[in-house]
Amino acid sequence: MKIRYCDALVIGGGLAGLRVAVQTQEKGLNTIVLSLVPVKRSHSAAAQGGMQSSLANTVMGEGDNEDVHFADTVKGSDWGCDQVVARMFVTTAPKATRQLAEWGVPWTRVRKGPREVVINAQRTTIVEKEEAHGLINARDFGGTKKWRTCYTADATGHTMLYGVANRAIRDQAEIHERKELMRLIVEGSRCYGAVVRDQITGEIEAYVAKATCIATGGWGRIYRTTTNAVICEGTGQAAVLETGLATLGNPEAVQFHPTPIVPSGILLTEGCRGDGGVLRDVDGYRFMPDYEPEKKDLASRDVVSRRMMEHIRKGKGVPSPFGEHLWLDISILGREHIEKNLRDVREIAMTFNGIDPADPGPKGWLPVRPAQHYSMGGIRTKPTGESTAIDGLFACGEAACWDLHGFNRLGGNSVAETVVAGMIVGSYMADYCHRHEIDIDTRLVRESIRREEAYLQEILDRPEHKGMSIFDIKRRMQVIMDEKVGIFRHGETLQEAVDELQELLKLSREAAVAYKCPRANPELEQAYRVPKMLKIALSVAYSALLRTESRGAHYREDYTQRDDLHWMKRTIVRWSDPEATLPEVGYEPLDIMKMEMPPAFRGYGRKGQIIENPLSAQRAEEVEAIRRRLEAEGKDRFAIQEALMPFELPENYKAKNERLGVGYA
Amino acid sequence: MPKTKIMTTDRGEGRELTFEILKYNPRDPESKPHLATYTIRETPGMTLFVALNMIREDLDPDLAFDFVCRAGICGSCGMMVNGKPLLACRTRTADYPDGKIRLMPMPAFELIKDLSVITGQWMDRMSQRVESWIHSSVEHDISRIERPVDPDAADATFELDRCIECGICVASCATALMRPDFVGAVGLNRIARFESDPHDERTDADYYELVGDDAGIFGCMSLLSCEDHCPKNLPLQEKIAYMRRKLAKVK
Repeated sequence: MKIRYCDALVIGGGLAGLRVAVQTQEKGLNTIVLSLVPVKRSHSAAAQGGMQSSLANTVMGEGDNEDVHFADTVKGSDWGCDQVVARMFVTTAPKATRQLAEWGVPWTRVRKGPREVVINAQRTTIVEKEEAHGLINARDFGGTKKWRTCYTADATGHTMLYGVANRAIRDQAEIHERKELMRLIVEGSRCYGAVVRDQITGEIEAYVAKATCIATGGWGRIYRTTTNAVICEGTGQAAVLETGLATLGNPEAVQFHPTPIVPSGILLTEGCRGDGGVLRDVDGYRFMPDYEPEKKDLASRDVVSRRMMEHIRKGKGVPSPFGEHLWLDISILGREHIEKNLRDVREIAMTFNGIDPADPGPKGWLPVRPAQHYSMGGIRTKPTGESTAIDGLFACGEAACWDLHGFNRLGGNSVAETVVAGMIVGSYMADYCHRHEIDIDTRLVRESIRREEAYLQEILDRPEHKGMSIFDIKRRMQVIMDEKVGIFRHGETLQEAVDELQELLKLSREAAVAYKCPRANPELEQAYRVPKMLKIALSVAYSALLRTESRGAHYREDYTQRDDLHWMKRTIVRWSDPEATLPEVGYEPLDIMKMEMPPAFRGYGRKGQIIENPLSAQRAEEVEAIRRRLEAEGKDRFAIQEALMPFELPENYKAKNERLGVGYA
Repeated sequence: MPKTKIMTTDRGEGRELTFEILKYNPRDPESKPHLATYTIRETPGMTLFVALNMIREDLDPDLAFDFVCRAGICGSCGMMVNGKPLLACRTRTADYPDGKIRLMPMPAFELIKDLSVITGQWMDRMSQRVESWIHSSVEHDISRIERPVDPDAADATFELDRCIECGICVASCATALMRPDFVGAVGLNRIARFESDPHDERTDADYYELVGDDAGIFGCMSLLSCEDHCPKNLPLQEKIAYMRRKLAKVK
């Protein structure tokens, strides 16, 4: 029986997990990273467009700082995020970007002098400052006031992942590949590590640790049409749910990206529109300015996706064998720009659709339709990254509901979150490891291993039956999620989804496997994963059914308003009875009176669709009064911020960030 | 090799495709290497990712293969397609006019099962060997403005940083197949990447220490197969030749 011991156990080897591992390893802790795949193949690699960080080096980013990034993020979240976490994030992001430069991420740099760009479909010349030459560049992205998204062409996730993975290799963090989390070892309300299956040998092993961090990414594969990699199945979050104690936050908050390519669903980065690309309909007409006069093609993702579907419903979609779609036109950016800055996009379009997007006019237009892209919800944590319910259990990155994103994440804020949360949560986790010992009875660990072995044997021993195969069950779940828990939601269809998913969960518990080998066996893997995925799907669908309002990416056709009066709260999901087919759903209030930025109109999306909470106006007055008083006293923006909503950060992450021309102001 | 299994699905309406796929689980004492044959109907725009999943879901639930991103970005799905190492996710069935496709696992890597191989350990050894990380004595304060880098230099480093460690250059390399300790085009490209990075302080002599031997820069026979097959179109031969000229001058 294999039992391994370490200080810090990190489950998931994408950007978030690796950045946590670097932090704990560099703080002298023996760290092990477990990953389903070689870590450099993690889904982080697929992030294309960039990382938001208010460096303000480019002339189009002038005047940017933490405050502007904060406001964009809170509006983007439709006031669903934890504003304290958003502050922690925007303050650390510039440091993360600069640190990655030192670790070898070859950020695209500013070139002094005139540069031709496309803004609002017009060719425009901007002039970069002499003193900015060689500093980290940024591009425009949706829902942002400034050009803030730092990038390496359109392979930003790849270069970041390699930079951080190489750092982890340098630091000799132990990386164990092809290990799959099956169950957390929890005793009382304390986590002691995990029971894991080796995907090659099939062996069940235990990793015992002082602290455990889940960084297993998103759960996009509960949907049929998703940009997510095939490993993003949400089984990490499900393992947390299966403790019966720890909770998920806001599972119904699911992002649909406007521009995955049809039919493969492979993502085309928001950088396409950030760099000046536009959406067109069946007539070749650029329709977004009609809906969103201010932000046009670059409103937040939830808004653009809904507007696109709205436009298709008006009969303006382009018919195709794969359903209706719209066009993404980047040909107006010119061949040189596309071949340099949107190279992977071009490669994807050419390989999968036989279209060269640099070809001028309709020949180069790319078929796109919104599809599932990101889970804002996840394992509920405190701002330190520790679970709100289990000691010694941490989570970060897309797997977590740290709650940076609320009900809609801004493009460029997710890869940024991975490394920033990695730095912060890694630091708090290291503190935890330094304060605690491993004090679990090893008999309990052995029992955990045996229980899991018995479970897998039970699956292998199931008698063959004529019903749905595990693949059929999975496919049906994905179709239900696409059709009934998608961009437009309605009480009736959500109820149907919940009912049918419960039936599938029951069926999945009886599904037999044909090939009885306990070692590498894809069907066996599906047989234990699909019930986990169904628990996540049910958490999403059921929470969506109960939330009778529209906020961010959660849109109810039967409750079209954002209801600040009744729904300033975060959904909290727990699954305490393992035999149950539905989770228990509760709520955690969002306190308007403690917000730095009380709820208001986002500046994009439909106007007049808010059921106001009187506290919003009251807090807005209070905030304004504090601001005026402190400004009169000559206080700077940092002092004012501190007075409005204090927050803490570990290390020296709260230090002021230096910027060109303004120093530390 | 015996051909034991023939299975057919008629999902879809396109032309018939015949796949011959190596099946073998070296850890299962009852498993013997053999080619299994599957016929499926082609769908519009079908890639090997779509085809293999269709085979697994409809015909053979225990067929093992690896995909992650299915978009040519992560490098997980290298395999031999009619004798050539390719990324399966980017390979279209339409490019095989006779509809016959034979799939084998990549050589040079340890087999897990069927088409699934362990590339991670190989790449990890390579990373250790070439010390695949920035070597810098500068402790830059991260709250301060970053050190400027010439935009062209940053682009040049990015160009080489695009490698996805898919292993295709290794599977197509004669030296790598003969000498398991050869660092491969992937490793030599990595050296060239750090050599071009202004943040890395290593000198030619340092690189010579790492790869100045027949398992390194002098092992390459310049057969060009790595560059021919590289899915990211990296300038591998040019960079290997460049590093060889530089390192040959050391000492």
